[in-house]
Amino acid sequence: MPQLEFLIKCGVYGLMGLGIIAAVGAVLLPNLFHAGLALAFVLVTIAGIFMSVGAEFLGMVQILLYVGGVMTLIIYTIMLTGRLGAKDVRAQNRQGIFAAIAAGFFVCWIGPLILKTGAWPQRESDSAPPLLSVEDLGMSLMTEYVFPFEVLGVLLFAVLIGAIVIARQDRPS
Amino acid sequence: MIIPLEHVLLFSLILFAIGMVGVLTRRNAIGILISIELLLNAVNVNLVCFSRVSEDPMAGQMFAFFVIALAAAAAAVGLAIVVAIYRTRNTVQTDEIQLLKW
Amino acid sequence: MVTANLAYLIPLFPLLAFVINILFGRYVKDKACWISVGASALSCGIAWPLIVGVIGGTTYHHDFAWLALGGVDLKFGYLLDPLAATLLFVVTLVGTLIQIYAIGYMKGEARFSRFFAYLSLFMFGMLGVVISDNFLLFFMCWEVMGLCSYLLIGFYSEKDSAANACKKAFLTTRVGDVGFLLGILALFTLAGTLSFAELHDAVELNRDSQLMITVTALLLFCGTIGKSAQVPLHVWLPDAMEGPTPVSALIHAATMVAAGVFLVARAYPLIEASAQAAQVIAIVGTVTALTAACVALTATDIKKVLAYSTISQLGYMVAAMGCGAMVAGIFHLMTHAFFKALLFLGAGSVIHGTGTQDLREMGGLFPKMKSTAWTFLIASLAIAGVPPLAGFWSKDEILLAAHQYGNLYYYALSLTAFLTAFYMFRLFVLTFLGKPRNPDIHAHESPKSMTGPLWVLAVGSILVGLPGSFLAHNWFQDFLNRGHEVEHPVNYTVMITSIALGLAGIALAFLLYRGGLGMGEKLARSLAWPHRVSMNKFWIDEAYAAWLVRPWHALARLLFGLDAKVVDGAVNGTGAGTLGGSRVSGWFDKYIIDGTVNFIAAFTQFCSDIFRLFQTGFIQNYLLIVFAAVVFILYFGIR
Repeated sequence: MPQLEFLIKCGVYGLMGLGIIAAVGAVLLPNLFHAGLALAFVLVTIAGIFMSVGAEFLGMVQILLYVGGVMTLIIYTIMLTGRLGAKDVRAQNRQGIFAAIAAGFFVCWIGPLILKTGAWPQRESDSAPPLLSVEDLGMSLMTEYVFPFEVLGVLLFAVLIGAIVIARQDRPS
Repeated sequence: MIIPLEHVLLFSLILFAIGMVGVLTRRNAIGILISIELLLNAVNVNLVCFSRVSEDPMAGQMFAFFVIALAAAAAAVGLAIVVAIYRTRNTVQTDEIQLLKW
Repeated sequence: MVTANLAYLIPLFPLLAFVINILFGRYVKDKACWISVGASALSCGIAWPLIVGVIGGTTYHHDFAWLALGGVDLKFGYLLDPLAATLLFVVTLVGTLIQIYAIGYMKGEARFSRFFAYLSLFMFGMLGVVISDNFLLFFMCWEVMGLCSYLLIGFYSEKDSAANACKKAFLTTRVGDVGFLLGILALFTLAGTLSFAELHDAVELNRDSQLMITVTALLLFCGTIGKSAQVPLHVWLPDAMEGPTPVSALIHAATMVAAGVFLVARAYPLIEASAQAAQVIAIVGTVTALTAACVALTATDIKKVLAYSTISQLGYMVAAMGCGAMVAGIFHLMTHAFFKALLFLGAGSVIHGTGTQDLREMGGLFPKMKSTAWTFLIASLAIAGVPPLAGFWSKDEILLAAHQYGNLYYYALSLTAFLTAFYMFRLFVLTFLGKPRNPDIHAHESPKSMTGPLWVLAVGSILVGLPGSFLAHNWFQDFLNRGHEVEHPVNYTVMITSIALGLAGIALAFLLYRGGLGMGEKLARSLAWPHRVSMNKFWIDEAYAAWLVRPWHALARLLFGLDAKVVDGAVNGTGAGTLGGSRVSGWFDKYIIDGTVNFIAAFTQFCSDIFRLFQTGFIQNYLLIVFAAVVFILYFGIR
């Protein structure tokens, strides 16, 4: 179904375009709260891209963890630290022009390199790539990747404690 | 793949560059954290797309999975630090936190 | 030999007492005396059983290598043979008694603990000399004694006369000690050993080098001349009487000066091997005995009389050594230690009781100081050679030896014996008999701690000669001569002559001085010339002053002039030159060196003023630079 495929292609490119616009917004918007919302939007578009390339589970994780968890955290922090969107406070520091030049140079150099490299591995869409089921991922996590998985568990535990300790209000001794 | 790999790579490149600009220019520490999330997501896009075309699709997804978990951890610690700094110095503007200045 | 190695402790107790008294003197204060006496008593306690062992026939000897010189070990150790045992007996007994006496004599003195500290140090040196088994250790302890002698003579150093006397004593004995040290070196060259035990064999082996033996013996004898106050180095001993009286008794009568005689006894194998050396020693001894006795005739200071008497008696002993009668010399040393210590302590008691040392102011003390007078009488009889007191037996032995050696020596020594009896009883009569000549003096008897030792020594003076008399079959001589049989000739002519001379001297003294000073002065006027000789001590001090001291001063003045003109000139010239040089150097320092340093500092500051600008303290700056650098490097790296 070439029409459907075309529509999907259009949808994906559209997601990418929206994502980039939202990312620019996340970086440049002077109001942090708006920036946070923009970030959330970027994350959602990326989740969509994940799903379009066959990583549905990862897309769900992205939405649950990032949009649900990290964003909540960020927005909480923004509210905690106050001075939201104060007009007189500049959002950017004074080296923006240099940063832009460096990043622009980076893109202008790497982008053509990517396009010029013709030999990217391609997989035909109808050659039916094995879609990874959630079961496969679960099995893999509990077998092949069990060690990194456990280490990650310990790390998250440490982070949990560390974050609490750092952010905790010091009791007046 | 529905779209060619190089286009996805370009997307992630641009996303990364935008994130980088954000990291370098945001005055607010939370803004920097937001930009860092962008960087990490750009990387994740790369990983997932490569996994799609590689012989072992599991590795890329696992990496992305771990990166997401670590990003969450980094966000948690980083935001805790921001809160702590805000509490002691009453600001989160990075150019006002410069004890090492000459 | 566990018990025998205790001998090392004998000198160490007094050393310990010295350390305690010198370091903690201000805390122990009046108890210092008990520390010293206790240490001496402990030494006695260890020494006497060992002496008994020596009498029983053993010889204790132990040594250890102290210093390895090439193939030769210098050893330290002790040697307790009959000779050492004799001295050990005398030194521990007399030393302890005199220290007990000093408790009473020195009571209330400032520097009381200092005094006993020195006495203990002296005991350490003396005991070390006695038990040492080689010349080197002997010499070291000998010098310790010399030091103590110096310190104690100058004990009242606020008095000029005492300060001068101690300097004189130290320097004069030093002359002899230099000879002694050279003698030790010569002996080492000659025999290759310094040990007393090996000396005899070593000398026998080198019998051929007669000249070397003689030189060595005479060099060693120099030590005796200095320490035992023999002519011509005897001048220090009379002046040494400036020290407190117990010091005079202990050091300058009983023990230290006798160490010189002990040295001759230790070096005796050398002297036996060299007839010339023996003759020199005999001559020196005899001359000393006679001249000192002559000077003692006219001395008016009670301690000076005793000092000259000591010199004279030491001359006796040395002469005996020279005449080949080592045993007789040591015998006399022992008896003399007792009665001369007694005389000095008696004199000290008199001085303590009357407050004067001048014979002309004393007189009639007998009823007031009974103990002192009786013990003094015993000692005087002993030194005068009245049998059966100690002095008689030993002096008789010496006269006998001199009789066999040569008539001249015999006559001189006999004359000395007569003079000795005379001046001792002149002293006794003037001090104790007759009427008090100075009504201002209110004499009183001394305390028990002083008279007690007097009586012990008096008993000693009576008894100590008996073991060497023919009554005891000359046991003492056999003891000292252990290992070889010696005949003990009894010459009644010599003996009776000696008794007669002694009694004659005593009688003459009574006759002349019974009525006070008058007769004596009349006699002095009629014998003006000999009297002046005696009064002026043969002008020996004056001779030294004229022929040694004055040229020395002249030389010193000359050298001083030289110093002032030439050496000081050179020094000042050097100083001026240095000053000039340092000005130049200072300018160079200030402008070139400092300039360079300052320039470097300024340059560094200039550079850092630039470079510190990079340190913005602003993390995003750093991050930007890192990012740009990574991109830059990748860009050029990948192309």
